[in-house]
Amino acid sequence: MTDRRPQAAARKNGAMTLWQRFYLVEVLSGVGLTAAHFFRNMARHIGHSLGRPVRGSVTIQYPEEHRGYSTRIRSLHRLVRREDGSPRCVACMMCETVCPARCIYIVADEHPNPDIEKVPARFDIDLGKCVFCGYCVEACPEDAIRMDTGIFEFSSYTRRGMIYTKEDLLALEPAGPDGRPQSPIPIPATRSH
Amino acid sequence: MTAVADFGIVFGRVAFVILFVLNLGGLLTWVERKQSAIMQDRIGANRASIFGLRLFGLFHTLADALKMLSKEDFRPARADRFLYALAPFVSVFFGLVAFASIPFGPVVTAGGRSVPLQAVTLNVGVLYVFAMLSVGVYGVMMAGWSSSNNYALLGAQRAAALMISAEIAIGASIMGVIMVYGSLNLMDIAEGQGALLWGWLPKWGIITQPLAFILFVTAGIAATKRIPFDTPEGESEIIGYSVEYSGMKFGMFMMADFLETVVIAGMTTALFLGGWQVPYLLADGFHWPWGGVLSLPAALVVILQVAAFSLKVVVMIFFMMLIRWTLPRFRYDQAMRLGWLALFPLSILNVVLTGVVLLLVGGGGRG
Repeated sequence: MTDRRPQAAARKNGAMTLWQRFYLVEVLSGVGLTAAHFFRNMARHIGHSLGRPVRGSVTIQYPEEHRGYSTRIRSLHRLVRREDGSPRCVACMMCETVCPARCIYIVADEHPNPDIEKVPARFDIDLGKCVFCGYCVEACPEDAIRMDTGIFEFSSYTRRGMIYTKEDLLALEPAGPDGRPQSPIPIPATRSH
Repeated sequence: MTAVADFGIVFGRVAFVILFVLNLGGLLTWVERKQSAIMQDRIGANRASIFGLRLFGLFHTLADALKMLSKEDFRPARADRFLYALAPFVSVFFGLVAFASIPFGPVVTAGGRSVPLQAVTLNVGVLYVFAMLSVGVYGVMMAGWSSSNNYALLGAQRAAALMISAEIAIGASIMGVIMVYGSLNLMDIAEGQGALLWGWLPKWGIITQPLAFILFVTAGIAATKRIPFDTPEGESEIIGYSVEYSGMKFGMFMMADFLETVVIAGMTTALFLGGWQVPYLLADGFHWPWGGVLSLPAALVVILQVAAFSLKVVVMIFFMMLIRWTLPRFRYDQAMRLGWLALFPLSILNVVLTGVVLLLVGGGGRG
């Protein structure tokens, strides 16, 4: 089956047909396409401002509007709490070891409960370095770190503001069933401590 | 007293043209953003606001001007100081004055005076506009040369080459129009387009000279140095004559391109779209081709005609923007080939065809 349409012929040998080399008609068909877009979108914009359920653009006006993300998306980390509120983490260093960005810093301490061997005294994640690969979540034997807060907006004006401590991470809640964050964004952009 | 009135009339005519061109040219930054956005299913710049009032992003024009005015006025160390500073002014100046001989309304007779609604009445109005457009490229060449930057110089050279190939085609393509209406005065040409062919078809240039219209618009877009003929500058890929310019001086080059767009649109209107003519509207009202007359007061007729002229210019600008956001850029050699091997010979052919038709029909000209 050979496609004998002019476009197909042009694609095959890279040369334009005589009709295309004439250019004018091709230009007009292109202009017709863009003009049709213009007038269709313009009509939709007018309809939209009159309250009709049409939209003239595909733009999501970001700070005011959010697009929906998958509920499975990897977002800001959180440390899972035990029932008494202490971290479930046992400071085994698995996540720190596996982290390709080396953004996790753990200082281990002894847990007061003799059944639990260790507990992190410090658990810092430098989100300025994190690549959101999710390996830490995969590696964790205790299911103590998760990336299910649904929070993406934690940019900061300073590098220090991107470092999240154990306390910050423990305070976070998982996202709701709709994928929206349940906890407030923990650190304002101007955080510098 | 009459001297004051005369001065007032002249001042008003010039002020109208200057304000028309400047405002339209300034608005084009907004039109460009918004029209391209709507063509591409986007919204376009809409964040600039004054007291929470956004007004469809109109304030971005203001924000642009403020940004450009407050930027550093950079000058390369080895630049020619005088020419470097002069170049953007030359570009903008000739873009602004080119509109002067384009009529935006008819000759108004009031109080014993007959006032042509154009800034300057010139017997060689057509030539004047193209002379000014051609001189405008001197600003570009001065910019390229005085920047002491080889890339800028190459860009200026491309601009000059493009301008020449476009100007030749423009000049040759309007020959047919001049032959049909028998005048170089744009007011005469606009008046000539008010006649009717076979009693019902307005004798607009686009109807009597369709080939010339296509050639003229193509060459005109090339003369504005905008996409698809932006080989002199090539916004994103190739460096152009304005590479060493920043701040408002660069803004003036951009402004000059917009002004030239307005001038070409005005010229297309005056030559091909009937100028200020509204179909079937004569000085005393509408004379319908199927008989019947709708009388209108003279002042309303003039207002209608000025409005028609403005509307035609705006529609033409819309069309040029549509082209600009539809077509990719021509390569330098492609633009040259189009100008010299397509537009120019076709313009000559158009002149010959027009001559033959005029000879056979016996019309045209003014004696």
